Amino acid sequence: MIKNISNLGDAALYCDFGSEVNKEINSKVIRYFKSIQKENIDGINNLTPSYNKLIISFDLRKKNFKTIKKLIENLDITNDDELETNRIKIPVCCDENFSLDIKRLEKKLQITRDKIYEKFFGKEFFCYMTGFIAGMPFLGDLENELQAKRLETPRVKVPKGSVGLTEQFANVYTFESPGGWNIIGNTPQVIFDSTNENNPNLINPGDVVTFEQITKEQYYNYNE
Amino acid sequence: MNKNYFEIKRAGINTTFQDQGRSNLYHIGIPFSGAMDNRNFQISNKLVGNEVNFPIIEFAYQGPLLKYFGESINFAITGDVKFIIRKKNNTIEGKCYQSFALENGDELDIISTNKSVYGYLAVSGEFDVNYQWSSCSVNTKANIGANNGKKIEDGQKIYILNINKNLSDKKLNYINTKIENIRVIQGTNFDYFSDEGKKIFFEKEFVISKLSDRMGMRLEGSKIENIVDTNIKSEGLLKGVIQVPADGNPIIMLSDHGTIGGYPKIGVVISADYDKLVQLTPGSKIKFKKVELADAETLFKLYDLETQNLISQI
Repeated sequence: MIKNISNLGDAALYCDFGSEVNKEINSKVIRYFKSIQKENIDGINNLTPSYNKLIISFDLRKKNFKTIKKLIENLDITNDDELETNRIKIPVCCDENFSLDIKRLEKKLQITRDKIYEKFFGKEFFCYMTGFIAGMPFLGDLENELQAKRLETPRVKVPKGSVGLTEQFANVYTFESPGGWNIIGNTPQVIFDSTNENNPNLINPGDVVTFEQITKEQYYNYNE
Repeated sequence: MNKNYFEIKRAGINTTFQDQGRSNLYHIGIPFSGAMDNRNFQISNKLVGNEVNFPIIEFAYQGPLLKYFGESINFAITGDVKFIIRKKNNTIEGKCYQSFALENGDELDIISTNKSVYGYLAVSGEFDVNYQWSSCSVNTKANIGANNGKKIEDGQKIYILNINKNLSDKKLNYINTKIENIRVIQGTNFDYFSDEGKKIFFEKEFVISKLSDRMGMRLEGSKIENIVDTNIKSEGLLKGVIQVPADGNPIIMLSDHGTIGGYPKIGVVISADYDKLVQLTPGSKIKFKKVELADAETLFKLYDLETQNLISQI
């Protein structure tokens, strides 16, 4: 199922599953990721699944490219198991203090904000990957009508909890961070919790996510 | 119970607790972190009789000014660092790679690094820090690690536990060497760049920008022209990966990097050169030199052997 394995530097395998972004290819990546994780191979010190790539990095004191490549090629990855998925509902408030780019989006997409929200909240998203900053989920896929490019000048600070759109994807900023996604609302829900070491991410690759619109009052009362 | 502690009179620019870092968390968005210069981190611990992976204090450029309270303790500083010890009646000029004693009331003033970025302070005891995922390493972006995931601040106290009573003076003859040629392996998107761009990458000098920190090192120089696409579908990053965004200026990922990114990867710094790379100050000129995977593996073995040799000499 891996199309090609090459090296990324001297301490990582770059496993290429294809060039497209779709659930089918991504599910293969996630399946490999979970299987390798279970194997607990000595010397592997990180796995990074993404849309259509899996990067396996290793401790060069213990292993090298050839040895890890051979191990991975000889792994028996079963195709039939259903991926474990959780269904998660994320509350989002779209008050004007939170929906920083909704006006910009109305212009860019040439549709009203009501239409944008109707489509966004009516949708089931698939989590392709998490990362960039801790716990940030990359969710897809938005229909063509909701697809917009990043901001031309990224914000220096996107507020924590911001829900953003770019191209076919939605995400949630788990921390205040620089960023260029089009922000349409904010969630009071904790998406990343570093005190929960066994399960710090609320949303993990393969999960199904829906968003639910809440009022300002519900937002501020959420954690009480 | 006796309390042994440092009072932080001046925190310095970027002073954090670090150790070997944390692994197997890229998939949830958490990078390795850990001491930037692994060799100097390990040596600092060995000089005070600790296990090499004990928590230490890492500082950059201007270091902290610490006043010590408690029973006698040894400390050592590694890197290329100017520091002094103020005792009641005299002031001692410090030397790196050598242990010194601190008594109750002494002040340790880590003035600055000399033409390098990071320095390390280890003490003959255990800093009283909290661990997350088996590491105290501070990642200020995600507020993970010791000190609530934050830099050390003015006025705070840092407690030290389990002081080693068998203090013996230790020393190592070692001088940090600098490198100008950074050896790299071609990246997975090497062919996204024009022939001219590839030539620039391997032949021209680049200058390290001021916009460099524990997350990344930005470079300035001749623009590297992309002829395919200035974005790729976001995928995993590693420390040492060199990305080239649309503006044509390379960025090298360092220990606190974002775990995924969408810029083409032109190269990856070899593991053997990472400790030296991170010590290069803004304004320094560097050149990239191409090596093959097999050579990179050998070079790392040699570098690691050298580190182990240095540690065993202490």
